[in-house]
Amino acid sequence: MTTLPSLWPLAGIAIVVIGFALRANPLAVVVAAAFGSGLGAGLSVPEVVAALGKAFHQNRYVSVPWITLPVIGLMERAGLQEQAAALIAQTKSATTSRILLIYLGFRQITAALGLTQIAGHAQTVRPLLAPMTEAAATRDNPAITDDGRNKVKAMAAATDNVGIFFGEDIFLAIASILLIKGFLESAGIIVQPLQLSVWAIPTALAAFAVHGGRLLRMKP
Amino acid sequence: MIGLPALYTLAGLVFGSWAVATLLDRQHTKRLLGACFWGLLAVEFLAGDALGDTGNGLLLLLLVALALLGAPGKGQAATTTIAERLASVSRHGNRLFLPALIMPGVALAGTFIFPLLPGLVDPKQVTLISLGLGALIATSVLMLWLRPPLVAPMQEGRRLAEGVGWAMILPQLLASLGALFTVAGVGEIVGALAPMAIPEGSRLAAVLAFTAGMAIFTIMMGNAFAAFPVMMGGIGLPVLVLGMGASPVVVGAVGMLAGFCGTLLSPMAANFNIVPAALLNLPDRYAVIRAQVATALPLWLFNTAMIWGFAFR
Repeated sequence: MTTLPSLWPLAGIAIVVIGFALRANPLAVVVAAAFGSGLGAGLSVPEVVAALGKAFHQNRYVSVPWITLPVIGLMERAGLQEQAAALIAQTKSATTSRILLIYLGFRQITAALGLTQIAGHAQTVRPLLAPMTEAAATRDNPAITDDGRNKVKAMAAATDNVGIFFGEDIFLAIASILLIKGFLESAGIIVQPLQLSVWAIPTALAAFAVHGGRLLRMKP
Repeated sequence: MIGLPALYTLAGLVFGSWAVATLLDRQHTKRLLGACFWGLLAVEFLAGDALGDTGNGLLLLLLVALALLGAPGKGQAATTTIAERLASVSRHGNRLFLPALIMPGVALAGTFIFPLLPGLVDPKQVTLISLGLGALIATSVLMLWLRPPLVAPMQEGRRLAEGVGWAMILPQLLASLGALFTVAGVGEIVGALAPMAIPEGSRLAAVLAFTAGMAIFTIMMGNAFAAFPVMMGGIGLPVLVLGMGASPVVVGAVGMLAGFCGTLLSPMAANFNIVPAALLNLPDRYAVIRAQVATALPLWLFNTAMIWGFAFR
């Protein structure tokens, strides 16, 4: 029988769960969780501050994509969202379901080719996909409520996520495939990236079927 | 060689421009707080190397404190009216879509071209560099073509950034929490506890414990990459692969995808779930997660069934 390790470092996870359940400000929750786990593991307050600062500094690349906001704003200023909506309003065959279904397929296939950065929430969903689906929903149901519009916009964002998550693992050189290969290798099991990525295909097809089916049943 | 430092400088300048724009905006609700928020973020990107770990930590705590006090707030960023936008639409029509293709186009071209020019771009950062280059090219094209005021990129960027609000720094902060969990040894503890949840000898129970562990730990960490080594080390490898003879390829590949189902449900995966809700001005912070539940759960079941059905042949 193995002995139970000290459970105090898990305090951070408890704080995260409780914090999000209480809908507290996520920034405060995350900082509290960092202190919870850090102090629980025996670190001092200055040590937690330094560890957080070091990690925040090292993870700056996470915030780099924000540099695209000025471009998106410039395009919006010229009426990109309005043009996207106008184009869809004229095209009767472009229903909310079909637009999202085509985008889902496009996102899965391009992600499978390793092209994960050519679309995204800031680059494509806000300036193009959301206004297009909203325009189609409004055209097909003029009595749509604000709540209904928000549901359609949320589904546009969800479709981007499902597309990228269940497409990218088919690409050989994506981080997750390399992580699996590296983990197995450290345990003495040698596998090729191709073996792993082939096993991502059934789930990619299932994702298209499950999410696509939901999109087809969507009523604007 | 162009690498991350150049990008960090560019990002620092962008954040700094928002600080200036906020300071000059007399109708701003939180003028000083907002300017300090963007200013501190700019300092982190431009001079963070000189601050040291503790300095960066204090800067981060200050950023969070400002956010809790209401930063960055909302101002009156100069932009066009709906009428002006419609006039631009009737003048330019579908040509407005062309600039939207620049960033994806440069990302695509960079992915293929940069690896052919060794020494020019850090090979590990090709995607991010391409993104930055695409943003610069697209900005230049839009400025030359439509000739908006010179301050327009700064004002338009700030308008969108204020729409996202404090959620801007959440993804980077969550990544830092992940690092702290690693220092505290959270993963090892979960990995040590997880096998105790499995009844002896039941193949289905072991598979369920593995995929459920992947999904739940991913929901709590916001990242399947953090959950994978823990669950694979705790259950996948010792119990499924070594104990029951499952294929490591199937367990690893499909197990990771079971984790991705957890990402769809996690408020900790801010980049994918919380930031888009802010970008689309949705009143419910969890609206995107709600839209994903009915996709994530059936897919998780599918992945569980895949391992159960195909890993033991």
